Amino acid sequence: MSGKPRLHYTNGRGKMESIRWLLAAAGVEFEEEFIETKEDLEKLRNDGVLMFQQVPMVEIDGMKMVQTRAILSYIAAKYNLYGKDLKERAWIDMYVEGTTDLMGMIMYLPFQPADTKEKNLALIIERATTRYFPVYEKALKDHGHDYLVGNKLSWADIHLLEAILMAEECKPDILSAFPLLQAFKGRTSNIPTIKKFLQPGSQRKPPTDEKFVVIVRKIFNI
Amino acid sequence: MSGKPKLHYFNGRGRMESIRWLLAAAGVEVCLYRMSPCLVPFSLDGSLLFQQVPMVEIDGMKMVQSRAISNYIAAKYNLYGKDLKERALIDMYVEAVIDLNELLMTHTFQPADKKEQHFATIVDKATNRYFPVYEKVLKDHGQDFLVGNRLSRADVQLLETLLMAEECKPDILVKFPLLQSFKARISNIPTIKKFLQPGSQRKPPLQEKDVPKLMKIFH
Repeated sequence: MSGKPRLHYTNGRGKMESIRWLLAAAGVEFEEEFIETKEDLEKLRNDGVLMFQQVPMVEIDGMKMVQTRAILSYIAAKYNLYGKDLKERAWIDMYVEGTTDLMGMIMYLPFQPADTKEKNLALIIERATTRYFPVYEKALKDHGHDYLVGNKLSWADIHLLEAILMAEECKPDILSAFPLLQAFKGRTSNIPTIKKFLQPGSQRKPPTDEKFVVIVRKIFNI
Repeated sequence: MSGKPKLHYFNGRGRMESIRWLLAAAGVEVCLYRMSPCLVPFSLDGSLLFQQVPMVEIDGMKMVQSRAISNYIAAKYNLYGKDLKERALIDMYVEAVIDLNELLMTHTFQPADKKEQHFATIVDKATNRYFPVYEKVLKDHGQDFLVGNRLSRADVQLLETLLMAEECKPDILVKFPLLQSFKARISNIPTIKKFLQPGSQRKPPLQEKDVPKLMKIFH
């Protein structure tokens, strides 16, 4: 058993994707064990390794961590992506919660009934362009730095890049009114660890398609 | 008035209640600013980062996002463990408590035909998924507090949720003796005891009659 973190989840994005992004950006190699059937999930539950019977679960540093935010916070702190003090941390948390809300909307889109998809997509685009992106555009404009917080790469930047790319999958020109976010995207994507993660063959997962929705519904009984 | 955190929210529990609990447990006095229902977006124009409340003015920041606010308060007032690993445990326990809180909070908003099933889900999740974990944690280490043998936000937020769950079903802790004694013990901590007394800033449960008004504000 190597010392590498071991991720337990389906072979798709879901709630584990942000964790994959953060580990990759931090240059941390990780292993994955995929839940492919309901029985796989049952086995994890019966083995008693899921504290609240849920995934994501990440084996890291002798712990079997659950709860996405707990895992992300731990990784961010461990790999110095959580700011230098309490106040920087506060800003990172605020920014991350915003991008979490936005990505949460996008994540659930494939699972929504067909007749609501168009309306929900429109809401995502509206929220992205009127509630969320303006905040990050302004943050970058106000301080003129390359990164959102503390003039240094943090979890907030990685999370924002992930959100931008997901939003662009919804609407390719969604950043058209946000020149600083476009530059941010270009710049942050070029960070070596992130650039590597964005290349084919990495552990980054593709968007969830209809076929995968069926699999996920079966596994989680939803 | 200056120097005290200022809370911006409507006069109810919602997503601000956990923050009130944490501040109260830490013995921090707050300045309350009650939002008038129709002034939500306007009275705080430009002050709400994502146009949402809760918002807490604290240490020169206008903080939003309930988790960010709670994280800051917990760390500032030493309720977040002594190191990264204790923090990890606290985060895991707290995130699950938040999940259960969400279920409890949304109960009043359920349409009449879904209420019974929602209630059953609450009871099932509380007694089969969540409470057994905390009961076992307390049993395994035999200490008074969940993490690090010391009061942390995990204890405060668990107590908050235990009380909310009992409002839903008064005997919901019947199978959890350690949680019962935990509840009594944590409730007796002076700052928390004070918060639990009438006249404190703790808010009552949402009444069904208030739901339409709330829906208007937030939807």
